[in-house]
Amino acid sequence: MEIYFTKEHEWISVKQNVGTVGITEYAVEKLGDITYVDLPEIGTEVKQGETLCEVESVKAASEVYAPVSGKVLEVNARLENSPEIINSSPLADGWIVRMEILNKDELKNLMNREEYEKFISTLS
Amino acid sequence: MIGSGLKRTPLFGEHISSGAKMSPFGGWEMPISYEGIIAEYNQCRKSAAVFDTCHMGQFKITGDISNCGIENAVTQSVGTIPVGKSRYGFILNERGGVIDDEIIFRVSESELIMVVNAATFENDFSVLKSRLKPGRIENISSVFGKIDLQGPLSREILSDILGGEVSLKYFGFSFFDFLGEKTIISRTGYTGELGFEIFVRKEKSVEAWRKILSDKRVKPAGLGARDILRLEMGYSLYGNDLDEDTTPVEAGLEMFVCYDKDFVGREALIKEKKEGLKKKKIAFKTKTRRSPRRHYKILRGGNSIGEVTSGSFSPALSCGIGLGFVSPEFEDEKEIVISDGRVGMEAEIMDLPFYRDGSLKN
Repeated sequence: MEIYFTKEHEWISVKQNVGTVGITEYAVEKLGDITYVDLPEIGTEVKQGETLCEVESVKAASEVYAPVSGKVLEVNARLENSPEIINSSPLADGWIVRMEILNKDELKNLMNREEYEKFISTLS
Repeated sequence: MIGSGLKRTPLFGEHISSGAKMSPFGGWEMPISYEGIIAEYNQCRKSAAVFDTCHMGQFKITGDISNCGIENAVTQSVGTIPVGKSRYGFILNERGGVIDDEIIFRVSESELIMVVNAATFENDFSVLKSRLKPGRIENISSVFGKIDLQGPLSREILSDILGGEVSLKYFGFSFFDFLGEKTIISRTGYTGELGFEIFVRKEKSVEAWRKILSDKRVKPAGLGARDILRLEMGYSLYGNDLDEDTTPVEAGLEMFVCYDKDFVGREALIKEKKEGLKKKKIAFKTKTRRSPRRHYKILRGGNSIGEVTSGSFSPALSCGIGLGFVSPEFEDEKEIVISDGRVGMEAEIMDLPFYRDGSLKN
């Protein structure tokens, strides 16, 4: 399974044409305790870079952008009542949506793990 | 990252070495959180947390209390505060608006200490100076390094530290021998839990901070947790829920106003009550985990009826909570909508406090 990252700190892990999307440890560290996730409706179609959903922390509300264009197949319903799972496990149990990837070429616009780690090391 | 000009408390180095996230607050560079806001919140609700409140201002007022001008300067009755007790009140402008909220401690028949907010203390001082007889008020903010110990276990912990039972009543205070010095400790706070404010001398504040934290039941908590703790109690935050354009009557805090004496702003309050209020404070909870935030609009039937002044997620209620002001005709409504301009969240007006299980009066 391959994993890609965005400059806005989302990740997407890809298995065939299905991507699982969440936010990175860096994002979680910046946001602090997550208190609410505005999960999208199943079937929602989004373009790459558009708002996929919103997460709220004790500090602020932030948008999660779609790493690639696609259609929402499944949402992590556990986050409805326990959004703090994102804090404890951002890259695994804290996944947010599964989406059908419409155009795998868009993955080329994203970073691999090594590139992402290099990217965040340049941030304050 | 943080610009110059911000003041630092004597505990700044302690915060940095414990990895706190620092942020500007009221002209000070203060710890927002250490391990995480919710964890620190839970620490205070369930065990005990220690807060750096060295940034707050203190004034000493001395002489004949009944004849120094203090009664005219604030809303609470000062002369009736017994020695060893404190009382909450306001400094008002001529329009009845709140210049600051404050607590007055009666140290002796002829000595008071007033505790005020960090961002406002300089203005407070000049206002009070103009209202008091010459030479009666002294700014002692740089003398104290105030530390708050709050939480259900705080009395037990403080008693262990001091080597004797601390039996202060709510809003009571006394002098204790702490770190070899006579130290005022007061049973007050801003969290809704049993708790104490410790007025150590500035030079002793690091030693006091370390001594308190040497008890493993205590952890430090920052202003992030403090804001949620106070909001769950419905306590007003000056600058958010109180300001110079808001009166104590509008803010629902008239019980801290003594009309049996003359004070600046009294006529304005009486006039306002006679002619009708311009706005009224409400408290509400949302029907979702979404947080209301400051400046969000309060709607009723699609029309804006007011604005949110404080909002947060409430860990105790597992929903959003907030304070705000609405036109008085809507004060008794039950159902409102809170909107950031995009998303509306249904909310319900309710009585304060939001959080009713605290150890405050234990």
